[in-house]
Amino acid sequence: MSENIKKREEVKLVSVPSPYLVPERNAGKGLVLEANHLGIDFGGLTAVDDFNLGISPNEITGLIGPNGAGKTTVFNLLTKVYQQSRGTIFLDGKDTMGMSATQVNKAGIARTFQNIRLFDKLTVEDNVKIGLHNSINYGMWQGVFRLPIYWKEEKKAHDRVLELLSIFDMADMADMPAGSLPYGAQRRLEIVRALATEPKVLLLDEPAAGMNPSETAELMENIGKIRDEFGIAILLIEHDMNLVMGICEGIVVLNFGKIIAKGTPSEIQNNPVVVEAYLGKSHDEETADQGDDTEAGKTVDTDKGGSSRNADAGKKADAGKGKNRKKGGRR
Amino acid sequence: MKKLSKNTLNGFINYALVVVLFIVFQILASAKVLNNSMTGLLIPICCYVVMALSLNLVVGFSGELSLGHAGFMSVGAFGGVVMSTYLSNAITIAPLRLVVAVMFGALFAAAAGVLIGVPVLRLRGDYLAIVTLAFGEIIKNIMNCMYIGRDSKGLHFSLTDEASLNMEAGGVTIVNGPMGALKIAKISTFASGIVLILITLFIIQNLVNSRAGRAIAGIRDNRIAAEACGVPITKYKLMAFVTSAAMAGAAGALYGLNYSTIVPKKFDFNTSILILVFVVLGGIGNLRGSIIAAIVLTALPEALRQFQDYRMLVYAIVLILVMILTNNEKAASFISGMVKKIKAPKKEAKA
Ligand SMILES: Nc1ncnc2c1ncn2[C@@H]1O[C@H](COP(=O)(O)OP(=O)(O)OP(=O)(O)O)[C@@H](O)[C@H]1O
Ligand SMILES: [Mg+2]
Repeated sequence: MSENIKKREEVKLVSVPSPYLVPERNAGKGLVLEANHLGIDFGGLTAVDDFNLGISPNEITGLIGPNGAGKTTVFNLLTKVYQQSRGTIFLDGKDTMGMSATQVNKAGIARTFQNIRLFDKLTVEDNVKIGLHNSINYGMWQGVFRLPIYWKEEKKAHDRVLELLSIFDMADMADMPAGSLPYGAQRRLEIVRALATEPKVLLLDEPAAGMNPSETAELMENIGKIRDEFGIAILLIEHDMNLVMGICEGIVVLNFGKIIAKGTPSEIQNNPVVVEAYLGKSHDEETADQGDDTEAGKTVDTDKGGSSRNADAGKKADAGKGKNRKKGGRR
Repeated sequence: MKKLSKNTLNGFINYALVVVLFIVFQILASAKVLNNSMTGLLIPICCYVVMALSLNLVVGFSGELSLGHAGFMSVGAFGGVVMSTYLSNAITIAPLRLVVAVMFGALFAAAAGVLIGVPVLRLRGDYLAIVTLAFGEIIKNIMNCMYIGRDSKGLHFSLTDEASLNMEAGGVTIVNGPMGALKIAKISTFASGIVLILITLFIIQNLVNSRAGRAIAGIRDNRIAAEACGVPITKYKLMAFVTSAAMAGAAGALYGLNYSTIVPKKFDFNTSILILVFVVLGGIGNLRGSIIAAIVLTALPEALRQFQDYRMLVYAIVLILVMILTNNEKAASFISGMVKKIKAPKKEAKA
């Protein structure tokens, strides 16, 4: 794994005349994930519209927004659970148009799910081994007849599973059925399983949901560690503002399927558009105020001062969020 | 590693169970404890065990519902019988011919499995149940008007009647439409049935505990998560389905070669459901349960002969009781509670 370890780089904020870089750092290095004018309609409902985002390798980006803003839908588009109605997605420079969820995972994107999706009846170890599926090299009959390659590859996979589980100190749970794990451990297992697929980009959908503050703090530390050790980019959806503001280099704010702001954590915290979105204005006012996202982006750029009043509002927004938080029953 | 050894242990218990049953039945048969009709059931029981095991691969491990498993048995039975008769001069050693015929039965059924699996398993939802149901009926009807004969030039096929086979004088009709396959040389043996069960167990158990088996189980547990892990869904569904079809074909060939005649009607919807009942009663995904259920429920009607007219009624009651006892949580906890109560006083007495 050691060759994978890349030193965490200094954040270089470079202003680039591009509407989708978040934050606009590491310019010219190439983007590992790039979405242009992404959109999807469900019947009459436009769940996501004109979503533009660029993520550099080795960067942690937060995707936030009120309930039903379309965050999970963006993940479903990026991982091809849904095919987009509009726009393009480039993964490591490759257009993912027409790829299936399986193909796009092989191309380097892995995810966790808001409503946990583990293989409940299988053990923790087997869950991670399914993540390793494409790096285990033997065929069906080689497995049935237990040829030497079966033992060799299974041993390799077993060792790798324990190595990956040890990121979250879960190696001793390897033999337990995944469905019997406590909630927090299930979320961590999903991350481990996603990492096993050797992604270039890892998408985390509310990784801290249902965790207590100390668990969340530990998770935050681990997300940073994962980024550094694996040298991958991470895009995460999270309602816990401490976590988002604490570890993300860039943040995208989504509301009613559209990006209303992009910027660094301090820029976002102090952005009145974001604060308003979180305090929950009525829908009519919202759309009237919203404008297109470049405009919103400008607002972010100009509003860089950090007044205590705005920080306060940010906190209030967080609290309000928790109150009208729905139980995540759908993906 | 601990987990692996637990699975391996379970597997060995299954092999041992089959071998022990073989020895017991062999002794019972030679000691004439079993009556003639019971002895005659030994090979069919082996075939039904293989059918139940193979269906469990689809229903239990792959999580798909198949309602036409008897269709694959039919393909295997007629395919195997035709090949056996065709090769009767070329391969004179009966056991060897049996092996070849069974392999051909498996091959034909696997081909049928690919034929229906490829279009259907790409779809999401329970289409497989509907299509396999139709498949079973279609195969029955095709076999009902299938005529196959052999003369010195080789095999002749026809879908109209016996005369249109256009055989030379001295040609033999192997399959005669609705009358089925005739004058079959009975070359199946109880031992070969047991070997087939062991091979089936070996393939399923080793498949389940391998990369492919994990992928199959993962797709069953959570399709979207499996896709997100880079597992090709259709490939592994097809793998489970075709492997299962091939095993059913092998069982069919063995079954066909146990009788002097077999008719297409034998492999109808009722047979498919019967096999599904074995799987459900034995416990979905539980191989040992499938073995036991197939044996008990195949032998039961014979054992219940003394009830005469009430035979099927008693059979139905037994089915319902077993269903309640194995699949009902309350009943299960009641039984385990009773067992504890019975055991507890003994322990106290010891102390
Ligand atoms: N498959 C679907 N069919 C129809 N509507 C959908 C579908 N998936 C999502 N939506 C709708 O799209 C909108 C965005 O949903 P999404 O789950 O992406 O929100 P979210 O930002 O993840 O919210 P939360 O914070 O509650 O997780 C919602 O109005 C939702 O009802
Ligand atoms: Mg969501």
